[in-house]
Amino acid sequence: MSAPYTIVIGLEVHVQLATQSKLFCGCSTKFGAPPNTQTCPVCIGMPGVLPVMNRRAFELALQAATALDCQIASFTKWDRKNYYYPDLPKGYQISQFDLPFSHAGHLDIDDPDSPGNSHRVGIIRVHLEEDAGKSMHDEVAGQADSRIDLNRTGTPLLEIVTEPDLRSPQQAHVFLNEMKLLLTYLGVSDCNMQEGSLRVDANINLHIDADGEKVATPIVEVKNMNSFRAVERALDYEAGRQYDVWQETGQRLGDVPKQTRGWDEAAEVTRGQRHKEESSDYRYFPEPDLAPVTVDDAQRQGVRDVLGELPAALRTRLQQEFALTPYDADVLVGQGRELVDYFLAVAETSGDGRLASNWVQQYVLRTLNEQAIDIGDYGVAAEQLGDLVRRVAAGELDTGRGREVLADMLASGKPAAEVISARGIEQVDASELETLCRELLAANPKIVDDIKAGKQKAVGALIGQAKKMNPNVNPGQVRELCLQLADTM
Amino acid sequence: MSLVDASAAESLAELAAGRVSAVELTEACLAQIDAHDERVGAFLHVRREAALEEAAGIDRRRAAGESLGALAGLSVAIKDNMCLRGETTTCASRMLADFRPPYDATVVDRLRAADAVIIGKTNLDEFAMGGSTENSALGETRNPWDLGRAPGGSSGGSAAAVAARMVPLAVGSDTGGSIRQPAGLCGVTGMKPTYGRVSRRGLVAFASSLDQIGPLARTAEDAALLLEALAGHDPRDATSVPRKVPAYREGLAKPLKGLRVGIVPEQFAAGLDAQVEASVREGLRVLESLGATIREVALPHSAAGVATYYIIAPCEASSNLARYDGAHYGFRSESTEPTRDAHSREEDNPLVSMYRRTRAGGFGAEVKRRIMLGTYALSAGYYDAYYLKALRVRRLIRQDFDRAFAEVDLLAGPVTASSAFELGEKVDDPLAMYLVDLFTVGANLAGIPGISIPCGFDEGGLPIGLQLQAPPFEEECLLRAAHQFQTATDWHQRRPPL
Ligand SMILES: [Zn+2]
Repeated sequence: MSAPYTIVIGLEVHVQLATQSKLFCGCSTKFGAPPNTQTCPVCIGMPGVLPVMNRRAFELALQAATALDCQIASFTKWDRKNYYYPDLPKGYQISQFDLPFSHAGHLDIDDPDSPGNSHRVGIIRVHLEEDAGKSMHDEVAGQADSRIDLNRTGTPLLEIVTEPDLRSPQQAHVFLNEMKLLLTYLGVSDCNMQEGSLRVDANINLHIDADGEKVATPIVEVKNMNSFRAVERALDYEAGRQYDVWQETGQRLGDVPKQTRGWDEAAEVTRGQRHKEESSDYRYFPEPDLAPVTVDDAQRQGVRDVLGELPAALRTRLQQEFALTPYDADVLVGQGRELVDYFLAVAETSGDGRLASNWVQQYVLRTLNEQAIDIGDYGVAAEQLGDLVRRVAAGELDTGRGREVLADMLASGKPAAEVISARGIEQVDASELETLCRELLAANPKIVDDIKAGKQKAVGALIGQAKKMNPNVNPGQVRELCLQLADTM
Repeated sequence: MSLVDASAAESLAELAAGRVSAVELTEACLAQIDAHDERVGAFLHVRREAALEEAAGIDRRRAAGESLGALAGLSVAIKDNMCLRGETTTCASRMLADFRPPYDATVVDRLRAADAVIIGKTNLDEFAMGGSTENSALGETRNPWDLGRAPGGSSGGSAAAVAARMVPLAVGSDTGGSIRQPAGLCGVTGMKPTYGRVSRRGLVAFASSLDQIGPLARTAEDAALLLEALAGHDPRDATSVPRKVPAYREGLAKPLKGLRVGIVPEQFAAGLDAQVEASVREGLRVLESLGATIREVALPHSAAGVATYYIIAPCEASSNLARYDGAHYGFRSESTEPTRDAHSREEDNPLVSMYRRTRAGGFGAEVKRRIMLGTYALSAGYYDAYYLKALRVRRLIRQDFDRAFAEVDLLAGPVTASSAFELGEKVDDPLAMYLVDLFTVGANLAGIPGISIPCGFDEGGLPIGLQLQAPPFEEECLLRAAHQFQTATDWHQRRPPL
């Protein structure tokens, strides 16, 4: 039985842009430097400093928003969001309030709740802002000492806000995967959640069908989720919790102030976070230190021109050009642009897209996973693998021998042809093969009888023998020929 | 004529001719400071050794035949809200009493590049908020013409230093009149350039959309000299304008024949001191005698200027001054006693208590007043009625100036409604103090340049200022009119009775 309610989820995603320097100063954005070594008077908010916009950050932001099919505003401005916190040295964050640079986009996902169908998730807005620093709280021996690291302060951050279009925690998970894939294809962010370059908050409530009446439960904002899996599990938990609370209290949207809850990974529960009585008033106003930014049609077109092929289009092309299944296309595209390029080269050299896909997925990906390396570090060039796959496709050698050859290629770095001849692999010609099969059948009358009696499986025993007699024979061909010849005996 | 009476332009000629050295000029300024600054209180910090060293370096380079900057060997005082690397930059606030910035303001870079001798940092109203320099937490400045009176503000220290001949040139900042008003009250020449003409980088922000750095000097020619050194595009200030800096001094000699000067009748209405009016009208006749024509123009929204200014400036200030929270630099309250929330009476957490105590102890009353005004005006529910409305009126005020400048080349009128007021006279009446800015805030709201030049003295011997305003980037025209005025008058030559 399906749940007696609809889950309504909207996401707010913060993504650090992959710029060399910060949004308003020249400091490095590199992750992992010793605390407070990547700062300057501007990003630590010294008296008298002024921000200067990083054009590259704005370009990357435009690319991301364009790829999310957002409208790019002709005129956008910066605003100050005022609040006090030690990791915010100016006492305000430079952000965008009422005129974000982009709005009204969408991202289509493969609907996990209805496989084979796509689900459109609206994007309310994408805006650019500066990141705050990091507070680290040491609570040793009852002392509540806080330390502040301002290395991250001023890093360009993209805030992506979705419409409440997600109807299940699984959809939220798939959406995040797809968005991360898109942004990594664009190269606008590395989307590394562990390093904090991608952060997700979720708003969730339920629409309950109560005796024919639609009832909405209070919206809860869920924070502290450290992986996409955690997002899914937190939302699963939260949906159940909200239903329980509704059954217990009957509280509807508007009855209580919006609550913020944090995901406790270890306990697998969300917990209420202390909230202030009044909602925070950020006293936004236009940032007087920065000029508004204008974007014209030529710039919009320029951005579209550099986007390249995006994941959705690439999946379609792989299916159409190489007759891959949607599943295979998705697996390849999901591995990132570099692996897709590798596959494309293998497919082109080998002339067989489906076989290339099999080889890349089964052998290349396995090695990458085992050795935890990227395709760029894989030891066999795409053209060499393509050459090997072409020979397999042509029947020059069978899959098993092909795998051995690939292992040698990987170990020696030698091209396919060289490994093949070194191993003495050569194609067995038709008359040679026929002679070999006839010899085998003659030596195994019992098997011939079995075959004639319809037990085709019996031929398997011959294939092993054939390979011992000549390692170059193609097992498939041996099998077929033996069956054929047995019938004529 | 003593060295300190010479104008900057005259001293440059003497330096070039080798008749005086930079060290001698600097020593003369230091001697004047020693003689009078105990009573005047223009300086918060005098760079005695550093200035003499800089001067000696310039003399050496001159002797070696090296090419030197445009201000080589001239002493310049800087308002203490501009960053000087490694040296205290206090903004006359307890909050920054010991603050040493790790970088030089762009204007300091430019002064150094021009081989000026930076002689010290001058007093101001705390964070440039005020019109009398009485809001300084670190010292009292007196008007050199009457030590019982205020020098005006907020660049009161810079104006007093120039008036008292402690220095030929000084740098100030003008957010609502903070250069022009003290220049008027101290009888010197002071100019607020067009917004964006001089880089604000390193000027500790009060109200970012209004702040502008400018020169104070005894003559328009010297002001032109200093502005030429200060002005120019700075890629590190996004509001600075990429526009060539004219050779201001070269155009000064051009006659005023045909210059169209506008006056605004409301500025001569009730409230204007009779002696101020008489001097300003006399000044207008001088301009006419130089070939200018005078006509009336309207600035219909100018009456709303002060109200508009006192919303926009505090709003920006409330945000600009949020960084002084004790967490990263500057003053921090050492008290660990918890504070309480004003409404709930609940105890604050240690961080909030530190914030409250630091800001309560670090800021003076006027700064707190403006932070509260601005915070209120930006709050949810009030934003539209105050901040947004003020922005709309600001636009109308700008349009008024645009229309007026379609008819005239310059506007002329009083700088202030009366001459220098007594110390303490207005400190308990913030509104009266705010109205001192009545004639000057318009230029800041519209972003246009304005200059104040001496045009007479009242019966008490106090100077009276004439304000000229011009369209954006017409500093050349302003300086030319001021210079021509000063060739026909000698008000700017008078010495205060120190
Ligand atoms: Zn920085």
